[in-house]
Amino acid sequence: MKPANDEGNINMVQGTYNESNADLLNIEIQLLLEAIFLRYGYDFRNYSKAHIKRRILHRLGISMLSSVTQLQDRILRERAFFIDFLDDLSINVTEMFRDPEFYKSLRETIIPKLRTYAYFKIWHAGCSTGEEVFSLSILLKEEGLLDRCQVYATDFNRNVLEIAREGVYQKSDIEQYEKNYQLSGGSKKLSDYYKSRYGSVIFDKELSNKIVFADHNLVTDNVFADVNLILCRNVLIYFEKELQDKVIGLFYDSLVPSGILCLGTKESIKFSRHGNLFEIVDEKQRIYKKKIM
Amino acid sequence: MYKAIVIGTSYGGFEALKIILPKFGEGFPLPVIIVLHIGDHSNENFLNYMNSLCQLHVKEVESNEKIQKGFIYFAPPNYHLLIESDFTFSLTTDEKHNFSRPSIDILFESAAWAYTKELIGVVLTGANSDGAAGLKMIKDFGGLTIIQSPCSALAPEMPRAALKIAKPPITLKLEDIAGKLIELSIS
Repeated sequence: MKPANDEGNINMVQGTYNESNADLLNIEIQLLLEAIFLRYGYDFRNYSKAHIKRRILHRLGISMLSSVTQLQDRILRERAFFIDFLDDLSINVTEMFRDPEFYKSLRETIIPKLRTYAYFKIWHAGCSTGEEVFSLSILLKEEGLLDRCQVYATDFNRNVLEIAREGVYQKSDIEQYEKNYQLSGGSKKLSDYYKSRYGSVIFDKELSNKIVFADHNLVTDNVFADVNLILCRNVLIYFEKELQDKVIGLFYDSLVPSGILCLGTKESIKFSRHGNLFEIVDEKQRIYKKKIM
Repeated sequence: MYKAIVIGTSYGGFEALKIILPKFGEGFPLPVIIVLHIGDHSNENFLNYMNSLCQLHVKEVESNEKIQKGFIYFAPPNYHLLIESDFTFSLTTDEKHNFSRPSIDILFESAAWAYTKELIGVVLTGANSDGAAGLKMIKDFGGLTIIQSPCSALAPEMPRAALKIAKPPITLKLEDIAGKLIELSIS
């Protein structure tokens, strides 16, 4: 949610960190992530480091702190400061019907499978501010399935969950969302699902009735039981390989036999150690099915 | 002495890369990593076409992929591309930077951290200033920086911004860039 300001970064880099002590920065970051885990229980230790480094340097720049060790000191002592920093490390860029072709495939290949269940559960992991969960609800409503399901939408960041619960988004983004919706095979108009108010749009409560928004951390929390469909898109890209494997295992354990896993378009189970536990439904859109063992 | 080449370009970049990349022979010893602003949609056709022109293997980066010589890597559309200190790639869907995703600055900055002085950074034709700050960082970290001469660029803004901010030691006409990179790669 924060615009990246790299002038801050680069000035600060020139101050404390440079090519001669790049290792020092890596060490301090490792210590910081360890400290956050010990103090607050959030585990970023196996996140991809280049992105974390970028966010940390950005935070240093705007906090007028000159080293990661100083940043660590404040994070350990000031909970409110840590909560702000948590926003830096959380992934809050999303849009409605992102990758319309994915939603098209979901509608055409997965919805018919869900239709065979009297009742089913969906887990949207890493839902951020909720745009993609509302997209899913719209799709389910149009297919006449919204009354037959329960959707769990989770994220580790409570701030974004608050926004998701409201279902209020900026009007300026709607044009793009409408375009995505049409490309995804929507049968109506997106405006049928929201009311405009000032610069915002408010999505119908009917869409969120079936959604439970909950605080859940993929790294440190447990499985969800007997889920029929999991969506977790553009979350695994932020993880190192071992953590990716662990989370794919968590998804496997949460799914019913023949349950469906949807990843982001640049994420794959191909190289995962659990890859052979799934079969491919749509390779391009990264839709997989849990094998019956 | 160098371990990788990073290239950033936008408007006119496709034409410029068509001149440069096919000149790298099979045994070219450095991985080539490229951000080309190409819009939000799949660049499958573009990659296939580029592959047909090049002797090196052209591919779109996959998350966590290990960087290897013999490959020309392109950032996927709508993802930022970063380099980890263990020389693997990572992708993010962060906010656009310089109105761009992928952003050249973000690639260059992470590449500078990973490769420090063993890196060559190149800014080619383009119609915005993405890449200038990143090129400066490569230079500050001891890497070698090169720009396409603005007067030989289809869109001079990008190399001009890089020239102003990074003051790279080498400015070359488009047709001389491949030869220089080959010479540097074996030095």
